[in-house]
Amino acid sequence: MLEVAARQTQLEQAFSKLTGLVLTVLIFALLVMLAFWLAERASEKIQRYVKYLLFLTPALVFLFIGLIGPALRTLYLSFRDARGDNFVGLENYHWAFTQPEILEVLKNTGIWMVVAPLASTGFGLTIAVLTDRMRRPGLVKSLIFMPMAISFVGAGIIWKFVYQFQPNDRVAEIGLLSQIAEWLGFVPTNWILTSPLNTFLLIIVFVWIQTGFAMVVLSAAIKAIPDEILEASMLDGASGWKRFSKVTVPMIRGTIIVVLSTITIGALKVFDIIRTMTGGNFKTSVIANEMYNQSFRALNYGTGSALAIILFIGVLPLVAYNVVHLRRERAER
Amino acid sequence: MTATLRRRRFILATSAFAALTLILSGCSSSDDSASGANCDAYEAYQGNDGSEIEIYSSIRSPEAEIYQESFAEFEECTGITINWNGTAEFEAQLPVRVEGGTAPDLAVFPQPGLLKAMVATGKMVPASDDVSAAADEYYGADWKAYGTVDGTFYAAPLGANVKSFVWYSPKTFADNGWTIPTTWSELLALSDQIASEGKVQPWCVGFGSGDATGWVGTDWMEDLMLRVNDAATYDAWVNHTMPFNDAKVAAVLKEAGKILKNPKYVGNVSAIATTTFQEGGAGLVDGSCAMHRQASFIGGILSADYGATIVTPEDTDVEGGITTFYFPGVTADQRPALGGGEFVGAFNDSGAAQAVQLYLTSPEWNNKKAALGGWFSANKGLDVANVADPVNKNAVEILKSATTFRFDGSDAMPAAVGAGSFWKEMTAWVAENKSDKAVLDAIEKSWPKS
Amino acid sequence: MTNILKRKKVRDIESVKTHLSSPWASFAAILLATIWTIPTFGLFVTSFRPSTGINTSGWWTVLTKPEFTLENYSRVLFEGRGATPPLSQYFLNTFAIVVPSTIIPITIAIFAAYAIAWFDFKGRNFIFFSIFALQVIPLQMSLIPLLQLFSGGLHIGSVTVIPSFGITGTFIPIWLAHTMFGLPLAIFLLHNFIAQLPRELIEAARVDGADYFKLFRQIVLPLSIPAIASFAIFQFLWVWNDLLVALTFGGGKREIAPLMVRLAEMTGTRGGDWELLTAGAFVSILVPVAVFFALQRYFVRGLLAGSVKG
Repeated sequence: MLEVAARQTQLEQAFSKLTGLVLTVLIFALLVMLAFWLAERASEKIQRYVKYLLFLTPALVFLFIGLIGPALRTLYLSFRDARGDNFVGLENYHWAFTQPEILEVLKNTGIWMVVAPLASTGFGLTIAVLTDRMRRPGLVKSLIFMPMAISFVGAGIIWKFVYQFQPNDRVAEIGLLSQIAEWLGFVPTNWILTSPLNTFLLIIVFVWIQTGFAMVVLSAAIKAIPDEILEASMLDGASGWKRFSKVTVPMIRGTIIVVLSTITIGALKVFDIIRTMTGGNFKTSVIANEMYNQSFRALNYGTGSALAIILFIGVLPLVAYNVVHLRRERAER
Repeated sequence: MTATLRRRRFILATSAFAALTLILSGCSSSDDSASGANCDAYEAYQGNDGSEIEIYSSIRSPEAEIYQESFAEFEECTGITINWNGTAEFEAQLPVRVEGGTAPDLAVFPQPGLLKAMVATGKMVPASDDVSAAADEYYGADWKAYGTVDGTFYAAPLGANVKSFVWYSPKTFADNGWTIPTTWSELLALSDQIASEGKVQPWCVGFGSGDATGWVGTDWMEDLMLRVNDAATYDAWVNHTMPFNDAKVAAVLKEAGKILKNPKYVGNVSAIATTTFQEGGAGLVDGSCAMHRQASFIGGILSADYGATIVTPEDTDVEGGITTFYFPGVTADQRPALGGGEFVGAFNDSGAAQAVQLYLTSPEWNNKKAALGGWFSANKGLDVANVADPVNKNAVEILKSATTFRFDGSDAMPAAVGAGSFWKEMTAWVAENKSDKAVLDAIEKSWPKS
Repeated sequence: MTNILKRKKVRDIESVKTHLSSPWASFAAILLATIWTIPTFGLFVTSFRPSTGINTSGWWTVLTKPEFTLENYSRVLFEGRGATPPLSQYFLNTFAIVVPSTIIPITIAIFAAYAIAWFDFKGRNFIFFSIFALQVIPLQMSLIPLLQLFSGGLHIGSVTVIPSFGITGTFIPIWLAHTMFGLPLAIFLLHNFIAQLPRELIEAARVDGADYFKLFRQIVLPLSIPAIASFAIFQFLWVWNDLLVALTFGGGKREIAPLMVRLAEMTGTRGGDWELLTAGAFVSILVPVAVFFALQRYFVRGLLAGSVKG
């Protein structure tokens, strides 16, 4: 009886969840439509203000609650002790910059910030351009995209079966890289332990995932290049490479910068890959990983927040570059 | 088909059968408490019908299902629904949920250090008088002390494990005529003997464990600390009344290095850091190494994932059979034991939460849980007959007879050390061949001030 | 220019393009895709192997010595007893989380991106770059304050600014959290796209008397479909693969836990159950890849030009 009842409540639950879902989406759509319907009928004077209310305010409210508020709180906590009870001045920052490992961590973060975005965007652009000329790009694109659909836990296992090293000669290798090295006549080494190679091996995992992102966005941008321009360059007899460097790249420069910036931020924040694959050992740690350890392992919100703020300062040059670029682009228009 | 899988299957089948009988009996008889369970034993927990209690924990499948199963009768008789919620992110999520105002009703703390931090948030509820009295009755004073923060008792012990074990294959030992060592020097002599015979590697070691890599190394340190030094020194070390780079600690690390950093014993020393602790024990099963120091729980993993069978030391003819001997002390009559365990603390002072907490300290539940397999506790009311696995049986005996028992020291240290620098430095010690002194100095430096 | 003419021209260009498409480029693309897929293929093979085999020999060995089992999948899909609901319920929960968590942030983001790109007001650059820069503050730093807000409301002193609404334990906090965390990148990416729409197009419409609302509805939105589609798939994926937000804002309720929470739970206390992880990873990958295929037609050339009316 119990089981039957449980089955029944499960069905009921499923039904109520589905109706709830449909209702939520409907209500949301109706609200948006109603807002537009009203706004379009308002006088021009009212519209001048309503347009901000409708288009900008919702995003700002959400951003304030979800992003700006917590960011300010992080800044505040970075000047306080482990549990946030007492003001400690700059002590947490002092701690961060006097840790012996910090130079190592900064260096690794730097490598990540430069190599990971360039490689992901480079591969993404290459594939976007190559498949743009293909008759049936669907399968190729889907395969490149697939890693994006794999959770980090899944990605961790996948690459474990690549980098795994078996120290005992009598036991077969289960890591693909070691096996390939053996086939080629080399003696496999303990890949994940070899610094600085290991940082690059971790970056490969990140690039493997992020290339799909770069490819999709860049591919969309390439497809948005007006036909006339491509056509003109084709009639001019421009070679493939010339068309790529003189037409395609300049036309999508804005998108390339956006992709680079987004992936750079992702690389700055990366810690899941490091956490699952090396746990930050073997000189592979980065700031985001240390931040996570401090906040959630050592339960020291003060030092964790200070590291988050340092991360934030690290992104400022990138912001400056984007500002300059946006200004220039607006001026050109 | 391995033992655990078979067991899992069996339970699946029985539960399906139970469901069927439930439906049948439910259809034939009307009210008459369909299951026919005798609820007299649950008198003390009544009065909370319809409540729902969440137990938050790092313990997940397949153990979680066994916990859930052990609650079935309790749930039926008291009307309290228990939701066992296990997640790998427990340590990071618990503080978030507590600070965020959605604390679970009960949480299972694997480290006393985390318990202390949660008490500091002011959101924890001290254990009720009943729970406290039950803890006095069924647990030793030291176990109760681990659930006590600043003189207030918060969390009662749940499961336990014993770490002072060396796993080996009785068949391999018998075939080669090796004898079980009873002192530390005999252990080293045996290692030399095995190494010189050259057939198998004497030891397998794996420190790897994702972001907790290195904890195996801290266990080695703790076990040897109890042997090379005494319990008082151990306490001073854990409580940091003695510096981490004291000569007494250095002596322990040196002893550990005799095995862990000896390529003749362990093969590729740096690879210890990248070998997971699960793979570390696998060498016993495939016969590539002779000994493996690990806690009682590794048996379950080796049998489920590597096809091992857990046997008694007398079973010298079972291929793939593994068992344990006691990790010897410096002298044969010195028998300290290192162990670990979990503690159940409450964030909710409702009657139902207290009833569940109380039930978990009762011998009835502990026996019921142990009988479901792969588990034991330090509960005095636990009948050894209910523990089927020979290694766990042995562990219960050790818990009861040990001259000295100490809790996992790194778990009791501040998290910045016990779940941070201690792990990291032990890893660097093998991975980068970092010197003993550099390792101990770095850990000492990382100890939080105040 | 009429649509028919336009389409013909697109076809002409396609034929020129096909003519020019080099087999080497195709070969290079296929080669790259193959390299990209080898690790995943290893996972796929592994997911059909028995657990003891996984730990003792490389996955490529089964290509010569086949040894397969469906047990991993049957355990992932059907194992579960007592209080554990069947996997279908977790699928449903994921669905109930993913749909609003994709629709709501994209709608709000496209509004904001449009406003920032085409409204002339002071401080729009500041807003834009603040959003961009603040992305780097990790999600983990937002968990506690947001959870406090959802569970207890917002109070300044004894004054209640926002009540708690009692939404803990429902899907609503999860939707809201995903909306907040997805917005910055959504605005950033969509702004890039919308800002690049031809100025003449926008101005022409303005001259025709379209207000900012009509302009959005009739021109900006239709033109942005490819960009929205490509962002939608990413937001969808993040939500689909998310574990942290669901764990934190789900309030520990099994009834609303998504698939990822269940899969993570199944991976075993000691993390050794690779055979389950591999099978679980494949179960969870199927839907996102199907969605990618379904949305792919929105990324094709010509749709942009063809959809402009008048």
